[in-house]
Amino acid sequence: MKASAFAYARATSVANALELLVLHGEKARVLSGGQSLIPAINLRLVAPELIVDISDLKELRGIAVKGETLVIGALTRHADLLKSSDIVKCAPLLKAAVAHVAHPAIRNRGTIGGSLAQADPASELPACMLALGATIVVRGPGGERRIAAEDFFTGIYETKLAPQDLLVALELPVARKGSAHFFQEFARRHGDYAIVGLAAQALLQGDRFADLRLGYFAVGDKPVLAKAAGRLTGVAVTPALLAEVSDALSDELDPQQDQQATPAMRRHLAKVLLRRSVATLLNRPDLQAGATA
Amino acid sequence: MSSIRSNPETLSVLDRPNSYIGKTVPRPNLDRLLQGRGTYVSDMELPRMAHVAFLRSPHAHAEIVSIDASAAKQMAGVIAVVTGKELSAVITPWVGVLSHLKGLKSAPQSAIAIDRVCWQGEAVAAIVATSRAAAEDAAEHVAVEYREIEAVTDMRTALDPATPVIHASLGDNLAWERVHDAGAVDEAFAGSDAVVEAEFIFGRHTGVTLEPRSVVADWNAAEARLTIYQGTQAPHMVQNIAALHLGLKESQVRVVCKDVGGSFGIKVHIYADEMAIYALSKLLRRPIKFVADRVESFNTDIHARDHRCKGKIGVKRDGSITAFEIDDLTGIGPYSMYPRTSAIEANQVVNLVGGPYTNKNYRARARVVYQNKNVMCQYRAVGHPIACSVTEGLVDLAAMKIGMDPVEIRRRNLIADDAYPCGSPSGLRFEQLSHHASLAKIVEMMDYQALRTEQAALRKKGVHRGIGIASFIEVTNPSAAFYGVGGARISSQDGVAVRLDAQGSVICQTSITEQGQGSESLTAQIVGSVLGVSMDRVRVILGDTDMTPYGGGTWASRGAGIGGEAALQATKILRKNILDVAAVILQSTPAELDIAGNAVVNVGDGAPRIELNELARIVYFRPDTLPPGIQPELMATKHFVPREYPFAFTNGVQAAWVEVDTDSGFVKLLKHWVVEDCGTIINPQLVDEQIRGGVVQGLGAALFEKCIYDERGQLTNANMADYLVPMSGEMPDIDVGHVVSPTRESELGAKGAGEAGTAGAAAAVTNAVNDALSPFGTIITEIPLTPQVILTAMGRI
Repeated sequence: MKASAFAYARATSVANALELLVLHGEKARVLSGGQSLIPAINLRLVAPELIVDISDLKELRGIAVKGETLVIGALTRHADLLKSSDIVKCAPLLKAAVAHVAHPAIRNRGTIGGSLAQADPASELPACMLALGATIVVRGPGGERRIAAEDFFTGIYETKLAPQDLLVALELPVARKGSAHFFQEFARRHGDYAIVGLAAQALLQGDRFADLRLGYFAVGDKPVLAKAAGRLTGVAVTPALLAEVSDALSDELDPQQDQQATPAMRRHLAKVLLRRSVATLLNRPDLQAGATA
Repeated sequence: MSSIRSNPETLSVLDRPNSYIGKTVPRPNLDRLLQGRGTYVSDMELPRMAHVAFLRSPHAHAEIVSIDASAAKQMAGVIAVVTGKELSAVITPWVGVLSHLKGLKSAPQSAIAIDRVCWQGEAVAAIVATSRAAAEDAAEHVAVEYREIEAVTDMRTALDPATPVIHASLGDNLAWERVHDAGAVDEAFAGSDAVVEAEFIFGRHTGVTLEPRSVVADWNAAEARLTIYQGTQAPHMVQNIAALHLGLKESQVRVVCKDVGGSFGIKVHIYADEMAIYALSKLLRRPIKFVADRVESFNTDIHARDHRCKGKIGVKRDGSITAFEIDDLTGIGPYSMYPRTSAIEANQVVNLVGGPYTNKNYRARARVVYQNKNVMCQYRAVGHPIACSVTEGLVDLAAMKIGMDPVEIRRRNLIADDAYPCGSPSGLRFEQLSHHASLAKIVEMMDYQALRTEQAALRKKGVHRGIGIASFIEVTNPSAAFYGVGGARISSQDGVAVRLDAQGSVICQTSITEQGQGSESLTAQIVGSVLGVSMDRVRVILGDTDMTPYGGGTWASRGAGIGGEAALQATKILRKNILDVAAVILQSTPAELDIAGNAVVNVGDGAPRIELNELARIVYFRPDTLPPGIQPELMATKHFVPREYPFAFTNGVQAAWVEVDTDSGFVKLLKHWVVEDCGTIINPQLVDEQIRGGVVQGLGAALFEKCIYDERGQLTNANMADYLVPMSGEMPDIDVGHVVSPTRESELGAKGAGEAGTAGAAAAVTNAVNDALSPFGTIITEIPLTPQVILTAMGRI
């Protein structure tokens, strides 16, 4: 298929992009890396009247550490995240996750802001934002706002972004001493969207979790920060406790049915990932053995 | 590589010095393709060329109440909007049946649907415009009113009296049925120590060529001639069919097939939308282009497989197989495809089940039913993956039942390598196969016993790996028995013309075609070897009905075996003709001369006598210097078709080594082995890559590929994100070994190699997964083996 005709504007500044978005509202779409928008346009799933191309806005690209905060510009490409030493040091979970984002050609073009604004519930980076406690920085007609990742994602392809808004950056707390992470996803092929995935960020104190944030993806209409994880913090994790938490997790999730998996299979895989993550993070292989039960 | 039938006392024409036969040499077309200078149909631009987008039915089954194209016709760039009824003025409908498939019935099919649509994706109107984008814009403004009819989607209930009949004129939804009974099956089962039954389920899938189907048709009214540029495997077949239905003589149709980006059997059929393009060009008197996009490729490229086959095997305690019985059911969409029909795959299943084994008791039934889904037809390794999966699945189940090793049960039942010629209980005739040599070789290649030891050790650690073995036979080099005897005008012979040009270079025109498998290369290798010239002097021309001899093309693993032999025989004549002239010029005799290194040389000492370019100069420019009565003929043509055997069967065996994550249901392919016997190997690399590519398509069927229809007949995964093709990240290393049993039907001795990989890969993987899961008592006989299928079978979800 061929895209239907559209007007094109290359934004010269963030202010210029915002002007265009205010002027055209829902009839305009923002183009950053183009890895979701362009296929959708070519399939005529969307037919914007105007494309606002922000890919030239260098001020939106780059990674910086400011005190205890890691700031990532919206136009930072997946490939840049993979190569960044700041990411390795301050948010290694992100590096582990990005390696699972599609294929090199897509990672060379796709941007983190684009992925978050797209808010595909099966994609890796939104779940990482939940696990890492990220803040999404948005500029709109009323100025700049900061939205907690937990509030940002509202549904399938839906976020708190209004048509006039531009996602400009995200802020992450720099990983503290004792931090550990785990990332795994079940995808039919390398680079595919996950059937179920987990981005986990933990703070370890001795042989216990001081904090555990489990960001699940592809288990519902948006990424889920599992509440059940709270029951594993500050206590000695036993196989029995893990089994209880596993059941609680299963109850908490409301996964969808699609061609890859039934809700029952998604719950099952989410539990497998729970066990694998806890066993790995605590270095307790005995906890994983229960997974086959 | 080992040969089980060497013949050292006679040197063949292929064993000449500097022969290219059996050597890995680069393909002559590599530079063209790698430098982006190939010519695909989508590269074609002709003056006044218009583009077509088809408006396609959103319903699986519906009456077309009305079509209102008035708004679309007013839009910018729109040249015409043509309905099926309007197009029927220039093209007649067709019925996809063949007389040797007794009882096969189908309904007339039109280039564009008239009055009724029978699958989601069938074209209801063609929008012709100055660009594809403009045509798609206009398509959104064609208003079609449909009245939905209940869709027939489940093949299992297609024949129930309560199910609507898709084509009233046919009386029911049964397209074809074949029943076969050989030996004494009931007695054999009664006398068995164990009888095992299973139902095998095969997902519907498709070929997914990198280049989609594409065609440019150019009706030149002044010449009253239609030129069709199309990526097809069978140009002369397209010529015949286009002429037949447009009311033209074949001489009024030229089919040109330039570079083709993959075919796999997808491009060997006549599609309704392609027929519409030929007709539109004639109707509108201008060049018309159609390039299928990926969504319409999924909805209209032929699908394949989609079988449910019940199987039964009897076995004695000593491992000897007593009988096979199958009951196969397949749904083929609403029409039998044209002109090869959609009954061939089921027919092949009946032919091939049990084929590698000595067992003589065999009963089979195959039923082919209509349904409101996309059409089905022949795709790489037609019927083979089904027959192989059923046979090899049953053999493993029998082995499991009597506690015998899977390799051992095969050793005890495979036809002996010295038992040929012989036949199968389904009536196949085998000239020379090498099952035992192949099995012995693969066991050695994979170090079977070491793998079994490793498997046992890992199992104790909770790691579940499995080994799967699958022996197979493969139909190649088909004679007229495939299509010609049934009345289809599809040539089973091929022709090659070869000539020496004025500077001593060679032009070779062949009727086989190239879609990436290396037809150009193998032809040049044969011509260069037989003639005694270097390959860079040989230019191969193919894919043009005006320019090449008449022939079948490239499909059913026939290019090398049939087209290659024609090239060999034509070149032998040219060589003789050259030596005759050389003898006159050199005042010698042909027997004392040979051609080597682009020159005529002495047989005895190899001393050069005259360069070919010098000989050609004399023949073409100074024939006056030759003695009176000498009329050199530096062009020769030969055709070839196998006559003694209807098919040259090949054989082989595959093995898979897999690991199943019993928590997640994911299968990891660790390693794959193939030993196959395609007779003479012309280019080892081309053969190995054909085998590997075929294996990958078989692995796709085993784990990934499936066209998922809902109960209303909607294809729900018609895109590359949701239809999972096998990709490199999941593919194992594939080791390929060979046993060589040349066919004596030809001097070349080559049999086909294109489909062997696809034939047995899924069977090997399924057997390996079941082997891995044996501690859990889980048996799975359904592909694709998705995590959902595996977890469900294991009772995990």
